Amino acid sequence: MTPADQTATPDKSTWAPLLDQAVAEVFKIMLGCELQPPDGTSEDHQPGDFTSMVGLAGDLCGVLTLRCTMASAMLMTSKMLGTDTGKIDEQVWDAVGEVANMVAGNFKNKLPGLGDRCMLSVPTVITGGDYNCHALADAGRIEVMSLFEGSPIIVSLEIHT
Amino acid sequence: MKKICALIVDDSSVMRKIVERSLRQAGIDLSEVREASNGAEALSAVNQGGVDLVLCDINMPVMDGIEFLKQLQSVEIAKGLPVVMITTEGNEAHVVQALSVGARGYIRKPFTSDQVKQHVIPVLEKS
Repeated sequence: MTPADQTATPDKSTWAPLLDQAVAEVFKIMLGCELQPPDGTSEDHQPGDFTSMVGLAGDLCGVLTLRCTMASAMLMTSKMLGTDTGKIDEQVWDAVGEVANMVAGNFKNKLPGLGDRCMLSVPTVITGGDYNCHALADAGRIEVMSLFEGSPIIVSLEIHT
Repeated sequence: MKKICALIVDDSSVMRKIVERSLRQAGIDLSEVREASNGAEALSAVNQGGVDLVLCDINMPVMDGIEFLKQLQSVEIAKGLPVVMITTEGNEAHVVQALSVGARGYIRKPFTSDQVKQHVIPVLEKS
């Protein structure tokens, strides 16, 4: 078995902490924010306003999805730019997409042996929550949740074989 | 260090602004900042002349950062122009590939302004 074979086999017990770490690092370094673990009530408030998706292709195939509220998306943008963001516009879509892109890249770089055999797509951002996403993943799903200034950020990775 | 004209190449306008802010926080004196959202636009910007430093993403539509580096090698006005890659594609193979086609440095996203300083200042000092 090659290192790539090993990394392409999802292991929730080891991959979830790596995904959590990848998310925390992006928010700390690029937004200057320490994410908090979810409290007892955050699971009841699933964010659906903004969804950013990044595809992974190659030895690790799947879709990474980041979901957050509209307020969180605007706050992310403000923190990244260092200026207030008063309205939803292309800059907010851009910022949320770039955060998902960095999380995906940071996560894949934490998987030893994956090397250049996994490429990322450019991000796609969906606004609104009235949709169903069918990723056709057949090798499992990893999901981590954190609180960003009190609002949940949910990052999931759906993996294809 | 003299004032420089920096060309920032990234398909994310937010990221271009973050890179510019990081350059200023790193103490780099910018006389001008030009922006491009892909490699093809970056080639046009370089061909206008006056660019002292390029900071370039890899994954971009139209023309990616590696193809930009390859094509830059045949641009006479760009001889000796330092290019530093700033990208999420941070694995060893991408670093080697970028350096083999002319990149002078490589910064992985997410990055701090200190990392920008550590990678860009030496490149400017050598150019």
